[in-house]
This record gives sequence, structure tokens and C-alpha cells, in this order.
Amino acid sequence: MSEVFDPKTIIDKNNLAYSRSEVMTDNTLSYCPGCGHGTAHRILAEVIGEAGLQDKTIGVCPVGCSVLMYNFMNIDMQQAAHGRAPAVATAIKRLLPDRFVFTYQGDGDLAAIGTAETIHACNRGENILIVFVNNGIYGMTGGQMAPTTLPGMKSSTSPHGRDVKIMGNPLKMTDIIATLPGTFYVTRQSVHTPAAVRKTKKAIRKAVEYQLADKGTCFIEIVSNCPSGWKMTPVESNRWMEEHMFPYYPLGDLKVPQE
Amino acid sequence: MKGNEAIAEAAIRAGCDGYFGYPITPQSEILEYLMEEKPYERTGMVVLQAESEVAAINMVYGGAGCGKRVMTSSSSPGISLKQEGLTYIAGAELPCLVVNVVRGGPGLGTIQPAQSDYFQAVKGGGHGDYRLIVLAPASVQEMADFVETGFELAFKYRNPVMILSDGAIGQMMEKVYLNPQKERSAEVPQWATTGKPATRERNIITSLELDSMKQEKFNHKLQEKYRMIEENEVRFEEFQTDDAEYLIVAYGSSARISQKALQLARAEGIKAGLLRPISLFPFPKKRLNELAGRVKGMLTVEMSAGQMVEDVMLSVCGKVPVRHFGRMGGIIPTPEEVVENLKSKIIGG
Repeated sequence: MSEVFDPKTIIDKNNLAYSRSEVMTDNTLSYCPGCGHGTAHRILAEVIGEAGLQDKTIGVCPVGCSVLMYNFMNIDMQQAAHGRAPAVATAIKRLLPDRFVFTYQGDGDLAAIGTAETIHACNRGENILIVFVNNGIYGMTGGQMAPTTLPGMKSSTSPHGRDVKIMGNPLKMTDIIATLPGTFYVTRQSVHTPAAVRKTKKAIRKAVEYQLADKGTCFIEIVSNCPSGWKMTPVESNRWMEEHMFPYYPLGDLKVPQE
Repeated sequence: MKGNEAIAEAAIRAGCDGYFGYPITPQSEILEYLMEEKPYERTGMVVLQAESEVAAINMVYGGAGCGKRVMTSSSSPGISLKQEGLTYIAGAELPCLVVNVVRGGPGLGTIQPAQSDYFQAVKGGGHGDYRLIVLAPASVQEMADFVETGFELAFKYRNPVMILSDGAIGQMMEKVYLNPQKERSAEVPQWATTGKPATRERNIITSLELDSMKQEKFNHKLQEKYRMIEENEVRFEEFQTDDAEYLIVAYGSSARISQKALQLARAEGIKAGLLRPISLFPFPKKRLNELAGRVKGMLTVEMSAGQMVEDVMLSVCGKVPVRHFGRMGGIIPTPEEVVENLKSKIIGG
């Protein structure tokens, strides 16, 4: 007979190598197993916590899978209409300029219905952080084609694969954003490996620093997966992302501060 | 001062924190006046020209969510674009002020004045069961006065307020008395998102509820609020109703014209009276029902195909005949036409 395992003795302060950020709530994440949203939330929360900004942060969540982000983040948040988060954040930051303001948006929200709000907020150089999670699909509504869906990629509204002659080409929103004079720091990262997580966390940390220094818009794309929408296991989806998403959406900085 | 300019100056003086707009005729003077006046230097008020009416109303959402006194303005086609934002604002129970300087429609229509957005304004306008508090000014003075009243009501009920004006009042020049400058409020409502201190739970501004039972409960709560508004905030004005045998019901510009029509009718010995609803939601239902017990008929005068007439009919519950007279497409009815229609549709009818 093996010994009965008492969690209380294991979960001891001295044994803890990792703990939940206090900028996250105790609510269970509603994301599918293997989805990148949870990791992205966590590192954002960690950076806010480490910077001591919990009481100065106002986040704006979108319509899509992360619509319930306010259930998971222990900060003040506003839930915006589909695509409108950058407009909402614009007013928050202008009226409360000493707060740290971010939006967290998916590719349908940011790169389709919210294209105008995104481009104009970035072009005005609103002093906010935009976190753009791109998984090439509409997750919440059940796997429809997004503006970022790759050529040939199957979705419920491109069941035979995206035919670019009929359905248009995937939009490289971050590349457009990097050309706008209002943006200060534009980068494309991922959260599918520990190394990638560390890099993305570093990018968020920089964005916080730049916002506090009033530098203008920071834009971080996180290329991510959607195991449910892509109909793959988490491991398969990460492999597929590396093989197909990264060549089209290459990771790395698109715009870095010129010192 | 022009009606539009009066709104802009009154906003600065009422301690408005932020205005977010987009140009459209016949209300562009509001944004132009504010940009010229630079209230960000006078009071710290934020003024921003947005990329669209959609963005502007969502900026209002963001600012209102921070507990700030924020507003936007537009004219009919632009107000249609704002409906998405308005229903979110109503659903999240945020206070704000929206000005509609109405022009004729449908579609791009005309830039001339109309009252054809009545339904959109008083019945909600966007999706879902919600109401705006709607105030209808009939003078430049009221354009200015209703800004402060609007903000007061918006914060009292945590509900969007609309000033439903029209191109005539927006463009009209009249003498106006403005209130002295008020300080911008430093008060932070306890529900506002301003950054979560350790001393309170996080504040969330949202209109999402996935649990139907909770959503229904919330809808009941909203309806209770609207009933309370109907109980407490009805505003109207009466002219010569004491001995009136016939009642004209008109708001805004139409009420101004109807006042003149009333004089003409009385000069001809017709015992006419006028009721001018000032709040269109809440509508002066009770008062109209009382008057229906005393008069022989009612004529609504509107610059539309007849929209408010339906609310008048609902108010009088069939006690007296209610007819509509209106002009459309940016045409303003003349007082003579009103008298003529009063005779043909009500007195002779």
C-alpha cells in the first residue's frame, strides 16, 4: 500500500517553487486545455504585480474567448464591445493619464471588426499597451475563419481551406502597426515554450516601462494556438503553429525604440 | 450664440471631463467650438476628434467607466452608428450625455432639421430592453441648460441621457444665459474603474452575463430603474390648457411653431392649448391622460411621419381622437399649416 498523499503537507510555503500571482483571482480559467490564453494572462498579471501596478492598472478585455478575462485578473477592468477596446482604452488613458492601461484582444476582435479603432489608436500614439493574441481563428464562436487564418487553413466557414482568391489574404496586422508613427515598440512573440514565455514576459515588462515613460503605443502580438478550433491536441497544435503560423507570422521585434 | 455652441460652452462650464466627437452636419460646431476654445487649458477637459462615431461612443464608454462626466454629439446618421455603444453603455449602467442634432432621413437624407429619430431615441435604439433618458430642448437656452441637467440625471440613475435636438435649434442663434464655471468633480463613484486599491474588490464594467437567470434578474432591475425614472423625472410645459377644447402636442422646434399656431387659433376664437413634452422618455403619459378627459381631440405636430403620436395615443387610451400633422425631409411646418390641420383633422373631423 502506498502512502496516502496529504496535499496540505506538500503545499507548504517552503516547498513552493511557483505560486499564482496575486494579480490573478482564484477563479478557474475557462480556457480549453493547452490554450495559450492562460499563460498570456499569467505573465501579464506577473508583470503588473512585479511592477507594483495592481492599484494603477485598468485593463480592457474584448469580445471573444478572453471576454471573461475580468474573472481571472484581480484588477479593475472594462469589457469592451467587439473590436472597440482601443477606443475604450484611449479615453481611459486620456482621462487617467497616470494609470497603466492595456487592451487584450484576439485576432477577430483586433484585426477584423476593430481594424479602424486599432489603427487609429496606434496612429494617434495613445500611450497604452495592446496585447494581440493571434491564433488564426474565431475561438469563442466555434472556429470560424479569422482575418489571420492562413491560406488553405480549414475552419468552420472555410471548410475546404481558405481560398485566398475567394476569401482574401490573411492580414499581417502587426506589420501594418509597426509602420505607424504613433507606435513606439512593436513585437511578435509566443508563449508555447518556457523560453518563449520568458521572452514575451520581457516584452511586456518593456511595454510597461515605456508606458510609464509616456512613449506612445506599445503593441505585442502573441502568436498562439487554438487546439479546439484547430481540432488538434495541445502538442499537435503547438507543432502546427511552429510549422505553419511562424513562417507566416515570424517572431521577433518589428519596431524597437531608436535611442 | 448658436444652439450647438451653447451646448459646447455649457459642457465646459458644467465641469465636463471629456468630449469625444466626429464631424457631421448640422452639429459640427460643437466639436469646432471646443477645439477653438481649448477647454483642456481652461478646465483640463479632454477633447478628442475620433476616427468614427463608433470610436467616439466607445471612448465615452471608457471614460464613463472611469466615473467621469463624458459626452459625445452627432446627427442622425452618426447617432445610428452609436447605437451599439449606447446599448453597451445602458447595459453596463454607465452615465453619459449624448447629443443628437437631428437631420432628415432615412439614409444620408438631408442636412435640414427633422424630428424623425424620435422612435430611435425614446424606445432604446440599439438591441435589448433599455431606455435612454431623452430631453428635448426648444431653445438655445435649453440647449445650454440641459447639459447640466443631463449630467445630473445620468449620474443619478447611472443611465445614458440624450439631448434630442434638431438642426433648427442647433443652428439657431439666440441670447443665452450661461451658468458660471463649475469645478470638474473630484468625486470618484465607488463603481468606477480607476485602479484597484487593496481596500476594495476589483471594479468591473461589463454588460455580459452568461447565466440567463441572472441576466433576467438584471433586466428586471433595469426595468425598475426605468419605472422610477417615469415616476420622478417627467418634464413638460403647458400653454393655455386651462380652458382648452383642443390640444396640440409638440416638442422641440415643432413646439415653438405650435406656440405661434396657438396664438393664431385663439385669435380665430378656437380654444386650443399646447402641451410640450420636455422629457420624451419619460413621457408625460399621466398628464396627457388627464387632459384627454377635458379636451375634444389632440393633434401632434412633428417633423416626421408621425412617431410621438403613438405615445400620445397610448397615453390617452382612446379617450379622445388623436391625429398627426407633420412635414418631412427637412421641411419645417408653418403655424398656418398647423391651424389648418387642427381645423381639418380635429375640429372638423
